[in-house]
Amino acid sequence: MATPEGLLYSKTHEWVRVLDDVAEIGITDHAQAELGDVVYLDLPEVGRTLAYDDIFGAVESVKAVSDLYSPLSGDVVEINAEAASATDLVNSDPYGQGWMVRLRMTRPEELQQLLTEEQYAAFAAESAH
Amino acid sequence: MSEEMRSTCLADEHRALGARMVPFAGWEMPVQYKGIIEEVLAVRGQAGAFDISHMGRVILGGAGATALLDRLTTNHVASLEIGAGHYSMLTNEGGGIIDDIIVYRTGQSEFLVVVNASNTEKDLAWMRRHAGADVAITDTSDATGMVAVQGPEALAAAGRVLGQSLEGLPRFGVASFEWRQVTVTACRTGYTGEDGVEVIVDAQESAVLWRALLAAGVAPCGLGARDALRVEAGYPLYGHEIDDEHGPVGAMLMWAVCMDKGDFVGRDAIAEARLEAPAERLVGLVAAGRVVPRQGYTIWSADECVGTVTSGAFSPMRGCGIAMGYLRPPHHVRGGSVQMDVRGRRHELQVIPKKELLLPKGAPVA
Repeated sequence: MATPEGLLYSKTHEWVRVLDDVAEIGITDHAQAELGDVVYLDLPEVGRTLAYDDIFGAVESVKAVSDLYSPLSGDVVEINAEAASATDLVNSDPYGQGWMVRLRMTRPEELQQLLTEEQYAAFAAESAH
Repeated sequence: MSEEMRSTCLADEHRALGARMVPFAGWEMPVQYKGIIEEVLAVRGQAGAFDISHMGRVILGGAGATALLDRLTTNHVASLEIGAGHYSMLTNEGGGIIDDIIVYRTGQSEFLVVVNASNTEKDLAWMRRHAGADVAITDTSDATGMVAVQGPEALAAAGRVLGQSLEGLPRFGVASFEWRQVTVTACRTGYTGEDGVEVIVDAQESAVLWRALLAAGVAPCGLGARDALRVEAGYPLYGHEIDDEHGPVGAMLMWAVCMDKGDFVGRDAIAEARLEAPAERLVGLVAAGRVVPRQGYTIWSADECVGTVTSGAFSPMRGCGIAMGYLRPPHHVRGGSVQMDVRGRRHELQVIPKKELLLPKGAPVA
């Protein structure tokens, strides 16, 4: 299963792409595969302030609903309205067009707690059992 | 879970196909192969095959079999002709539903009863407790496998595979014939809202049947699609819409209760419930958007909680969330508008009769 390099990962299966002081966040390929067909995204309002580990939304597939946990503290500056209306993007392109929110980081030092691609791949393989 | 997970006779087939296996009612079952939406669309458009070997298959025979079933079930067994079947319920003294079942008459004094996997042991114990010496009850669940073939092309595909025309089998009909030196039983039933058959076959031949169906173009479908299809069809599921505490009146299942056949277990309580204004009614619900209603979500009208979602699904045919749920009158009337609470946010639901959840064939698809 694809786990791109250059991104950081959480143990709750979110990924983080750092764009200067903004972090783009989505769910991993492993997470979308576990969920199956995604049909609905519950995303936060722009301007909402999130702390590390806050539930900021939910992703619903046909068979399950899964909470989204913020891997970082920050303010929501953008949500992916396109993915919210075409939710299959989360399945087909989880690391690209399927991104969910962009946060302006307020505690960028939290990035150091996140997993590398290698660490996440090992973690996901383990949690799959 | 303390008990060992059970596997059906087709478990190796599912694994070989890369199915995602999940625990269900004590069984390890495929929830999906390729994807739930794709599998739902295969059943609505062509044909899909489901392993339903986990369901219970009980044979009742003997001089007292008809009377026993008429005493324990709600529908009229004595009026069933040989080769015919009907939907029915086992009810308790309080009028609650022990299980919903299908009863087929396979001979003058022989019946096949198909029950829910989660209730097989309970139903068997209940039937054995009430049976006299003139009824033999045989649990054939382990010796056989069962595959549902459902969809507009299901009958033709299953007929080709079994070398038997199934077109003449009436709805709810049952017929047995030889196939590969074993006896196969085909029932023209299913729980998807589509035409099709449910085929019972010797467990050792079940993989041959399964592979032949797939080779004939039938798509393997898992429990995820099965659940979405039955919610679209407005069919109740034990543990969701019905259970030992809830009777057929509120569940809108009186069409499967024969009140004038004579006494049966639960009749008095059901008769009483019918005279009272029901506290709640089972309805169909259509969400305004793609949010998926889930069992247990509360339903609101302004500040009043007026009901609960019992089953929900994403309907690929409608392109939105759909559900069944109990609503307190007068909120159950067609066309009513209520809201469900999803993670603290209200989402609009339109009330319709559950039979209308499934759009008629040819209706514009979202």
